[in-house]
Amino acid sequence: MNRAGATVVVAAAILAVSAPFFLKPFGIFMISMWAVLTIAAIGLNLTLGYAGQVSLAQGAFVGIGAYTVALLMQAGYPFALAFVAAGGLCFAIGWILGYPALRVQHHYLAFVTLAFTTLVFLVLRNEQWLTNGIYGINDIARPAFFGWSTGGALNFYFFSLGTLAVLSLATWWMLRSPWGRAFVALRENPIRALSLGLDTRRYTLMAFAIGSCLGGLAGALYAPLVQFIEPGSFALGMSFNLLLMVIVGGSGYFFGPFVGALVAVLLPEWMRIAQGYYLIVYAGLVMAMMAFCPSGILGLIDRLSKAVFRSRRAAPALGAEGPGIVS
Amino acid sequence: MASFIQLLVSGLATGAIYALVAVGFTLLWQTSQTINFAQGEFVMLPAFFILAAMNAGAPFWLAALVGIALAVVILGLLFKIVVVDPMLRHGVLPLVISTIALSLLLKESVKDFYSSQAQPFPALVPATDIHFLGAVISTQSLAVLAIAIATIAALHLLLNKTRLGRAMQATAQNPTLALILGIPVRRMVLYTFLINAVLVAIASILISPIYLAKFTNGETLGMAAFIAAIIGGFNQVRGAILGGVILGVLDNLSAAYVSSQYRGAFPLVILIAIILLRPHGLLGRFEERSV
Repeated sequence: MNRAGATVVVAAAILAVSAPFFLKPFGIFMISMWAVLTIAAIGLNLTLGYAGQVSLAQGAFVGIGAYTVALLMQAGYPFALAFVAAGGLCFAIGWILGYPALRVQHHYLAFVTLAFTTLVFLVLRNEQWLTNGIYGINDIARPAFFGWSTGGALNFYFFSLGTLAVLSLATWWMLRSPWGRAFVALRENPIRALSLGLDTRRYTLMAFAIGSCLGGLAGALYAPLVQFIEPGSFALGMSFNLLLMVIVGGSGYFFGPFVGALVAVLLPEWMRIAQGYYLIVYAGLVMAMMAFCPSGILGLIDRLSKAVFRSRRAAPALGAEGPGIVS
Repeated sequence: MASFIQLLVSGLATGAIYALVAVGFTLLWQTSQTINFAQGEFVMLPAFFILAAMNAGAPFWLAALVGIALAVVILGLLFKIVVVDPMLRHGVLPLVISTIALSLLLKESVKDFYSSQAQPFPALVPATDIHFLGAVISTQSLAVLAIAIATIAALHLLLNKTRLGRAMQATAQNPTLALILGIPVRRMVLYTFLINAVLVAIASILISPIYLAKFTNGETLGMAAFIAAIIGGFNQVRGAILGGVILGVLDNLSAAYVSSQYRGAFPLVILIAIILLRPHGLLGRFEERSV
């Protein structure tokens, strides 16, 4: 990352920390939701943007994580343990879901993961003894750490933001490591990667497992944030939304999910002026974006800045890695 | 036994409708690698065209023709020109996202501009029951079956017995070679979009009297079409028909005999099993993976 990129990131971080002091409780709730969904989108970006495996199951993992935390906390276990359990469970299930990815690719994989999402929804809805069915789980407590309670909106936001910071740093570090390089190799040319001695099998499973784990951890925060979960929240709609976030932000760009989640969370709110029609406007905007700029917002900025800098013979700015969309 | 026959016939009728939708789906895939995630909404929409035409005073038969014509223009021509064409060069994924957004757009438009309530839709034949071996079979199911079979037979004749159909098949199999042989490939691709529009419009007319016309109808229908297409084989029209029928029958039988709560789960389990064991589907040809 060059200086311009670093400046933007630092400015965004300062904005993220100071923003809640200027917002009403609902605004703080919205940006907390942004932080939580960004974690899930980072996971999907890893699976889709870096490793090139299409997944429509990220919403289901958020659901599994959320239910794990809600049920374990109800049973009296501490949040920290439930948080780790949610991540671990999703890692394991994600690993298993990775097996179809070894056999099939692209649109077939999209359908397998889509079927998985619907199956998870059916289990959450039908196994009433465990999940309380369509009535959902109420009054999920917000955790406290060493006497610091996250019960208030502001405290919970900082808790979510902190978790986001830690997890994104971990992801950043991983992407810089040989593992991250291997993921990109997997996306760019799996057969070449194999012939260069990469264990593509293991890396494919790994990409799914780590991406799903991040989805589960996002779910672990989602449950105490909204304090009420029901199966419908984790049906296909959420998986589609997370996919949109990754694509709109710029799939394969590290900061793509941050931007995409911001757009997906805030845009519907801003478009309240369009009243009942905001979903129509939103859908129209997404279609226009796919037609004119399929590499997402960061892809667009990347392209524009390259065009500007080329005339000045300087290096490209912001998020210089990743070619954008995977076809 | 009597209830089995009843379930079988109504399952066949639903399955025949799924087959119509799935055939359109595979046609689009074969000629232009379009995966239409809005296919379910494409089935939902023509019913509202027809209802709107009837509200304007048209008799049902005229309204049905208007509905099919509007479907051909909007869901065939405009869909191809406005949504698919600008995006094909970007690959499969942006188009997938775009059709997901389109499904949202169509659903919300119907909800906001027509009604969020389920609308009664005129039946094709008066509802009477036929008693057969102790089973009660509705004339509606039989009418649905007859029309669906006739539609598919007509499509089969078009694709296999006419020059136009052969040109379309050539386009699907090898567009470059087809172009060299002087087939207007772009026009053939457009024709498949128009045929898909006619198929979904007919499916809409068949299914709306049963489920009522509602803006959310597309969700289950679209899913059923995908699953049917994959079960049968993505690159085969016959496969989609087989897949649709299997799905419809299975859906009805499993709901009655195994578990109604997990009714929605059986097709998905079959879907996953088929993808893992026979990814090219029951009747499909194997597609080589390219480097």
